Amino acid sequence: MTRLPDVGTGRETRAWQVAARVLDPELPVVTIEDLGILRDVTEDDQGRVHVQVTPTYSGCPAMETIRTDLIDRLSEEGYLHVTVEFVLSPAWSTDQITPQGRARLEEYGVAPPPTEAERRSAPVGLTLSVRCPQCGSPDTRESSRFGSTACKSLWVCRACREPFDHFKAL
Amino acid sequence: MTTPRPSSPPPLRSSTEERRGDPGQRTPDNHVDHVLGLADDALVSAQRMGWWISRAPQLEEDLALANIGLDLLGQARALLSHAGALEGQGRGEDDLAYWRDERDFRNVKLVERPQEDFGVAMARLLVLSTWQSELYAALQRSTDPVLAAVAAKAAKEVAYHHDHATRWVLRLGDGTPESHARMQAALDAEWPWIEELFDESHLDPALVTDGVAVAPSSLREPVLRRLGDVVRSATLEVPDVPARVPGGRAGLHTEHLGRMLAEMQHLTRSHPGATW
Repeated sequence: MTRLPDVGTGRETRAWQVAARVLDPELPVVTIEDLGILRDVTEDDQGRVHVQVTPTYSGCPAMETIRTDLIDRLSEEGYLHVTVEFVLSPAWSTDQITPQGRARLEEYGVAPPPTEAERRSAPVGLTLSVRCPQCGSPDTRESSRFGSTACKSLWVCRACREPFDHFKAL
Repeated sequence: MTTPRPSSPPPLRSSTEERRGDPGQRTPDNHVDHVLGLADDALVSAQRMGWWISRAPQLEEDLALANIGLDLLGQARALLSHAGALEGQGRGEDDLAYWRDERDFRNVKLVERPQEDFGVAMARLLVLSTWQSELYAALQRSTDPVLAAVAAKAAKEVAYHHDHATRWVLRLGDGTPESHARMQAALDAEWPWIEELFDESHLDPALVTDGVAVAPSSLREPVLRRLGDVVRSATLEVPDVPARVPGGRAGLHTEHLGRMLAEMQHLTRSHPGATW
């Protein structure tokens, strides 16, 4: 598929707004726009739409579902020719999660990753404390570096004793 | 390189794959082979890692090894798709993973042997992730833009793998006399296979000159230095063992790869075109 001539590129188009509402199938409280994995939506004068998304991790198994969901949502809105392309460059980073995405993750019970500014201010080699999304205590410990999905680690709060997921910095 | 595919399914199409194949600019086979080598290292490692799912010493370790395997599989998929696109003969990632025979695989022998001892699995992951982290760091500047993009993504994932393997080698090496002895035995088993990672006999020097590939020998010093640092911190000894003969990059493998592929490829070959 050759790239279509760009008529409207980016966030101004209605197609972007439709695509931006697609939810992450494994974290169904954040949209792909919140996560920063929706890269580009172009629409040509025939109404054909080309969407670019990038995976969080190379092996992220949610990508196929995201592709199907994008095609479904866009066709419901009248876009009958939709192509979805997975792009790798530039590599995704947790810094691309929007402030709204971070807030929604925390509300859902997933501690968001440290921001770029937080990481920069931390002494080299020191792991930052992760605040419990349930009770807000910083007194937590990592119980497993690898969690239920590639992008999360498993933590336990010493204050409220609850386990929780943490979105790892990448 | 062309494997006969008597009843193979049509390749899975994705929008990316449809962009492949400008017949006017055929990519040299040695470029394809180089990408296949890196893809097969990741694919075979992912398959071996999958063996540990449900067998790891604790649930958290099951999760960790499954996730590490998944990262490697993702890297393999991107690299295989790229190799197929470069080759320009219409083969996609699944064709390359499931319809090539043992002699067409280009992975190093380090990754293909069974790793059914936890110490061996961690020793090998330490070697692989150390080498991959140096390789992908350098490959981010490749003149092959897809290779550079895959490397930039993989470098961040491999850093987690390296951290995981390092923690286990330290813990087991500097643990009980039993764990120390078994970790040392695992290092002794893996070390002869390291040298193949730096072997250049099957790489076209033009790929290095053109900036597509990283010279394998340039990674020897940093990889061995970093491995040595971890091994000594774990109160273990760097094995002094002769290197095994290379050949994986030319399709000459140990007896173990064929058996692994038989299991990995069985379903696809028995039910060509099946989907779920």
